[in-house]
Amino acid sequence: MSFFNKIFVGSVLLILGFSTVSLADESAKLVVEGQPMITRVKAPSHMENVDEIRSGWTFRIKETQSLQMDDFENPGMIFVDKGLDLWNKVEGSKNKACASCHDDASEFKGLRTVMPRWNESANALWSLEDHVNNCRTEQMGAEPLKWGAAPMDSLIAVISLQSRGMPMNVKIDGAVAPLWEIGKELFYTRVGQLDMACSNCHEDNYGIMIRADHLSQGQINGFPAYRLKNAKLNSIHARFKGCMKNIRATPYKVGGDEFRALELYVASRGNGLSSEAPSVRN
Amino acid sequence: MKIDRRGLLAVGGSLACTTLVPFKAIASETDEAIAKFTGGANIGTGGITLTTPEIAENGNTVPISVESGKASSIILLALGNPNPNVATINFGPLSGSRMTSTRIRLRKTQEVVAIAKLEDGSFTKDVKTVKVTIGGCGG
Amino acid sequence: MAKGVKPRIKVPKQASAGDMITIKTLISHKMETGLRKDSDGNKIPRSIINRFTCDFNGENVVDVGLDPAISVNPYFQFNAIVPESGEFKFTWYDDDGSVYEKAKKITVT
Repeated sequence: MSFFNKIFVGSVLLILGFSTVSLADESAKLVVEGQPMITRVKAPSHMENVDEIRSGWTFRIKETQSLQMDDFENPGMIFVDKGLDLWNKVEGSKNKACASCHDDASEFKGLRTVMPRWNESANALWSLEDHVNNCRTEQMGAEPLKWGAAPMDSLIAVISLQSRGMPMNVKIDGAVAPLWEIGKELFYTRVGQLDMACSNCHEDNYGIMIRADHLSQGQINGFPAYRLKNAKLNSIHARFKGCMKNIRATPYKVGGDEFRALELYVASRGNGLSSEAPSVRN
Repeated sequence: MKIDRRGLLAVGGSLACTTLVPFKAIASETDEAIAKFTGGANIGTGGITLTTPEIAENGNTVPISVESGKASSIILLALGNPNPNVATINFGPLSGSRMTSTRIRLRKTQEVVAIAKLEDGSFTKDVKTVKVTIGGCGG
Repeated sequence: MAKGVKPRIKVPKQASAGDMITIKTLISHKMETGLRKDSDGNKIPRSIINRFTCDFNGENVVDVGLDPAISVNPYFQFNAIVPESGEFKFTWYDDDGSVYEKAKKITVT
């Protein structure tokens, strides 16, 4: 980051009302239902400007942190329950439920940690949402679910929960390499009326306050995440959209090519952190 | 239970003195809620603990808990909300320690009040200030 | 009946007679306050869980009156004394007249 950029961002941050007061218990250890989570680890080698990556959990105040430590306290688990109902619900022309083929969601243990990834037969980068909708349209003869809506997020939470505690391990080479480069480019590109990139907050200034919000590294290892703000699960793309609105930019399309590439890049910035879904965030 | 004007004033006055909050706009509603619960009786302090975060990250979900060893019932009030009532907890014969935890909504930085009716018929209260942040990004 | 209402409870499976146990309860509910307006400026009518009770073998543990200031998906944690084996009964009362019930057995040794 050049000196000029530092000054510029500094002044934007001042206008937005940044300060350095922190409310978070940054040294706390996250143990969920007795299982320890990796919330701080050495940054993956592709990250040039960050030494240590940190889960968004480490930036929250202790009351919010504790909500994620017990599955009964975690309001995100309500949506896992609803997702399980949907898992067992027969739909579509073929009269099938998810459970008709995948009797137990635990067969998807580990899947969350490698998503998004290249799908050879589709010749495209796939997010978890694509797996769900491909099953629905091809195997069940059912309508696809809307990306970022509650039924989809609940099912994704069921699938993601199976990988809880396992380190994120998204592949960035091979067929996805060019898309990863696009995602990286998007992460560092300034957009919107505030002329800010993802990196301005989540790389240059994480750990400080933007008005009353404690800036995180923008990691997505805990998604879908239950946010106190809207009291529901939030998908990765819906969160990207929210961020873009905050910087007064026109958001890219949820489920569109830009967010898919950005999801790949941002997920890879979390390689090594435990998958925490469903996490609890502000 | 007879509620007279003097009793109400005494309750309102003592609360205002200890909480130091200008809750004029809803003072009458707060007074009403308290009077309904206490019947205008004096409210003491001690023997009740209200636990709240000092700063709430989001006013939508503020975890609080209240405990009062000899309470038969407890009311929770949020003095800066559009309506001060939060909850009334009645403890039955099989309740253990007289405590409960819940999650509440706070519209802005304000005082949260817990008043317990004890088994001997007396009243006691605890008051906590919760700062509610309005985020830059959280919106 | 409001949409998507699902009660959850956490009670230990067993306890010793006279033990004090911790109970956690939660019900998924939107808890519409009645203070919000929709995009056309019309008030969205209040729709909340207004009462929650817990009984054990017919005797009351707690009886809670809820106001709109209770958060979405109302959560309560409290304690109970269990004198003998039996069944906890949990009941939530909705503004729209719906009643949601859930029961849980406990073995006292």
